Amino acid sequence: MKPISNLDTETRDRILSVAFPIFLLALWEMAVRVAWLDARFFPPPSAVVAALGKLIARGDLLGKLWLLPGLVSAGDWSGAQKVIEEGHLWVSLFRILGGFLLGAVPGVLLGVLMGMNRTLRVSLDPVVSAVYVLPKIAILPLVMLIFGIGEVSKIMIVGIASFFLVLINTTAGVRDIEPVFLEAGQNYGANQWQMFWHVIIPGALPIIFAGLRLSLGTALIVIIAAEFVAAQYGLGYLVWFSWQTLLTENMFAGLVVIMILGAASTIGLQAIERRLIPWRRDDHQVPADVSDTRYSGA
Amino acid sequence: MSVKIKATNVTKVYPSRSGPVYAISNFSLEVQEGEFVCLVGPSGCGKSTFLRILGGLVAPSSGEVVLIPGKADAPLQNIVFQEYAIFPWKTVIDNVAFGMEMRGVPRPLRQEIALDWLRKVGLVKFADCYPYQLSGGMKQRVSIARAFANNPEIMLMDEPLGALDAQTRVVLQRELLRLWEASRKTVVYVTHSIEEAVLLGDRVVLMTAHPGTNKAEFPVPFSRPREFALTSTPEFGRLTYAIWQDLQGEVERAMEQQQ
Repeated sequence: MKPISNLDTETRDRILSVAFPIFLLALWEMAVRVAWLDARFFPPPSAVVAALGKLIARGDLLGKLWLLPGLVSAGDWSGAQKVIEEGHLWVSLFRILGGFLLGAVPGVLLGVLMGMNRTLRVSLDPVVSAVYVLPKIAILPLVMLIFGIGEVSKIMIVGIASFFLVLINTTAGVRDIEPVFLEAGQNYGANQWQMFWHVIIPGALPIIFAGLRLSLGTALIVIIAAEFVAAQYGLGYLVWFSWQTLLTENMFAGLVVIMILGAASTIGLQAIERRLIPWRRDDHQVPADVSDTRYSGA
Repeated sequence: MSVKIKATNVTKVYPSRSGPVYAISNFSLEVQEGEFVCLVGPSGCGKSTFLRILGGLVAPSSGEVVLIPGKADAPLQNIVFQEYAIFPWKTVIDNVAFGMEMRGVPRPLRQEIALDWLRKVGLVKFADCYPYQLSGGMKQRVSIARAFANNPEIMLMDEPLGALDAQTRVVLQRELLRLWEASRKTVVYVTHSIEEAVLLGDRVVLMTAHPGTNKAEFPVPFSRPREFALTSTPEFGRLTYAIWQDLQGEVERAMEQQQ
């Protein structure tokens, strides 16, 4: 086996991880051009990019942003709001973030209480577990029955989905704190409030964040599904409508935007996590794995 | 010299499916002010449980525990836990200042005191590091400094060096001797190492195998300040061997119990 330095492996990994996807896209483009793939079902990447450009230029995706300066300088705030409300991306983003906050904040609070209080935990656990296993999108009709077909029901369904994930993870996070940390807090004279801020919250924070990350992913799934069936705006609606009208380029463009949204929210949450949890070990070594041994084919 | 700790017939029973389990049974201990007492016993004999009872973390099932307070402005007791009990989410200096922060000592003063203790244990450079950046021995220094910085009248040490490798352990034993001989606080020190107990303590108290109760006591006659060189003297060897002869049977009994 020839020796490989760490740097070599890292550079090679990085090049591969960029080059291979580009190769796949090129292959796709080629395959459509030589008519191996049907362009009606699989429009080539170039057409998808063009469709994306058109969606932005027409104001479908981001709203008619070029009207904004005029409306704002004229003081027409409701007009400006309407421009934003006509952009599929902003609509979905608003529903995701609104629902996420609506679910996550009470989820963390109740989760901490359940983690600390046995009576509360034992009483609520069966209920929470029962509702947790239910796919949240299944109760969309019920939510719409209660909150109507407007914006509120979409935010509520995201909120409900986020709430249970954050709740379960926060409870687990609090229960997972090493007893010796609680003993140390108690022995050094922490009162209940100090215990909460100095031991329980920071001790549970890594697992709380795992719950937040999961619930943001779920929020994206739930809102897209809800928009498929019950919306006039939003990325889910864009994909669904494009399918119904056989504008497959637009459908793919919608998928690309959803992917970017998913990636951006993960990266954003990771950045917040690094700020809030600076004590986490975070070493950037290339991990050795089975493919680095002489038994692998590479 | 006055009595600082008086524990009489302390028993701790835990309920379990197969009936009550005695962690310790009728254990008594009296510690003088400024005395360094080492508690030695086979594993599972309940010595850590007894320390937690002294530290107010566990209530005894029966018996009486009295810690007699002296100064009004100092905390009565603090526990030195093993290294993993320092808070991973606090920097080294905030860990050391933790007890003072809980007592409401203003930030500049507690930072100053904490920094002073970090200087004494040689960790000033690491004041703003998080524990994951430290080695096991350094973490244990933080744990010891956290207790000393809070300046309690009584220090309860729960196998503080138990998780360290043999060489780091010797270094920290010397540091502990130096720090304690400068302050002469009342200490109850739980360990399973006879050598450590004889090197550090004024008196070695032996516990029986589970459920732990009083087995024997050995005064340690060596003068202070002590050095690690003490461990190479024949007197040291004779005393540790005498203690081992007494403890041996209990250790064998403990091993049989665990099978």
